[in-house]
Amino acid sequence: MDFSSIVSALPDLLQGMLLTLKLLVFAVAGGIALGTLLALARLSSNRLLSFLAGFYVNYFRSIPLLLVITWFYFIVPFMLAWATGKMHPVGAFASSLVAFMMFEAAYYCEIVRAGIQSIPKGQVNAAYALGLNYHQAMRLVVLPQAFRKMAPLLLQQSIILFQDTALVYAVGLMDFLNTARSRGDITGQLHEFLLFAGVIYFVLSFIASRIVLRLQSKLAVGQN
Amino acid sequence: MNYHWDWGIFFKSTGIGQEIYLHWFITGLGWTVALSLSGWLIAMLLGTVLGVLRTLPQRSLSAIGTAYVNLFRNVPLLVQLFVWYFIVPDYLPEPIQTWFKQGLKPEISGFISVVACLGLFTAARVCEQVRTGIQALPRGQINAALALGLNPWKTYRHVLLPQAFRIIIPPLTSEFLNIFKNSSVASLIGLMDLLAQTKQTAEFTANLFEAFTLATLIYFTLNMSLMLMMRWLEKRVKVPGLISLGGK
Repeated sequence: MDFSSIVSALPDLLQGMLLTLKLLVFAVAGGIALGTLLALARLSSNRLLSFLAGFYVNYFRSIPLLLVITWFYFIVPFMLAWATGKMHPVGAFASSLVAFMMFEAAYYCEIVRAGIQSIPKGQVNAAYALGLNYHQAMRLVVLPQAFRKMAPLLLQQSIILFQDTALVYAVGLMDFLNTARSRGDITGQLHEFLLFAGVIYFVLSFIASRIVLRLQSKLAVGQN
Repeated sequence: MNYHWDWGIFFKSTGIGQEIYLHWFITGLGWTVALSLSGWLIAMLLGTVLGVLRTLPQRSLSAIGTAYVNLFRNVPLLVQLFVWYFIVPDYLPEPIQTWFKQGLKPEISGFISVVACLGLFTAARVCEQVRTGIQALPRGQINAALALGLNPWKTYRHVLLPQAFRIIIPPLTSEFLNIFKNSSVASLIGLMDLLAQTKQTAEFTANLFEAFTLATLIYFTLNMSLMLMMRWLEKRVKVPGLISLGGK
């Protein structure tokens, strides 16, 4: 084992890690936003809306993420061309980001739904009695409490998402893992580079999940 | 932008012998199922052993289980696959190494790497479920078994595990479904599983919408049927008298 060439590859690896983190941050933000809308739709009294949201969630939960990433890589350019009538070059980054957002939204939706359902019905009734409409009741009363409760689960899911971003290897994006692999190929030290990547992923996920655990016990105490 | 829709594409000849494109999907599905079931076998065996270790009073034994779970849950699946595919074969002892690299067909050695990867990855998750299942049992169960004179091995074998497994069928089901979905990483090291065959069909025919729609339908149907099967099993084996478990 010879780890010397990793040092000279560090700037490249850092670039790769930045891409991984960029993908992660956007996917988490978009996924939670879309997931929250889906959760509200699933809990809506409108039958059609809740059926459609339920179908969306079950659909994305039953197919592999890798299939979604690959498929979107092919179809997002087509979709845009149909929508706008012109060909736009869409990079692997944009298509992967859309794939992650839409896929993870299905998982975030279930977390948010459970969070909303854990809020006592009295809270909603009280909000309505105070004259708030549905929109205000959700935004000002229910969702802030729900998000507080489900923060650890949302973070846990985001750690899984962090690990799953490595799958963009399939569409050739130079994320952290793919950078490590390609530098490993060039220098003939694939073993060292892959192990290094594995250790970095491990350390980051492990620390993050420790933080989540701590947060969980803190919040648990906070609840009466 | 013209797209030539053709849902009949699956029945057209691939140009290789008598094959039609549907055959590719069927062999792909075969690989996917074979990978997942073999991986699941390893995951269940190893996961059960580790799960039991984590519930033992001996600190050193339960630490082994904890370390395993932490390691395998915090490294991405694809990194683990690369380790099994690119690194581990180079460290096999000599006669086995040559046999693995040269004696076996590439798809067989690739298959073994993916199965090892999926099996050990999923074992960490199965371990956590088994541990939870055992810890969910009333403390009286283990005390009663020991009072009856059963040794620890027999206590787990006849009292704790049979009940724990019946409790954890729902979470195990989702792990079981996950291994089918995770097996698609095999396509990234050149195994011709369902996803790889789909990509190949899309590239050969340019009918990518049709190809990916069929793949989605196959995964979806596979998932749904496995889930229904597990629900049926859950009902069959539910522990009488426990209301919260085993469906309504």
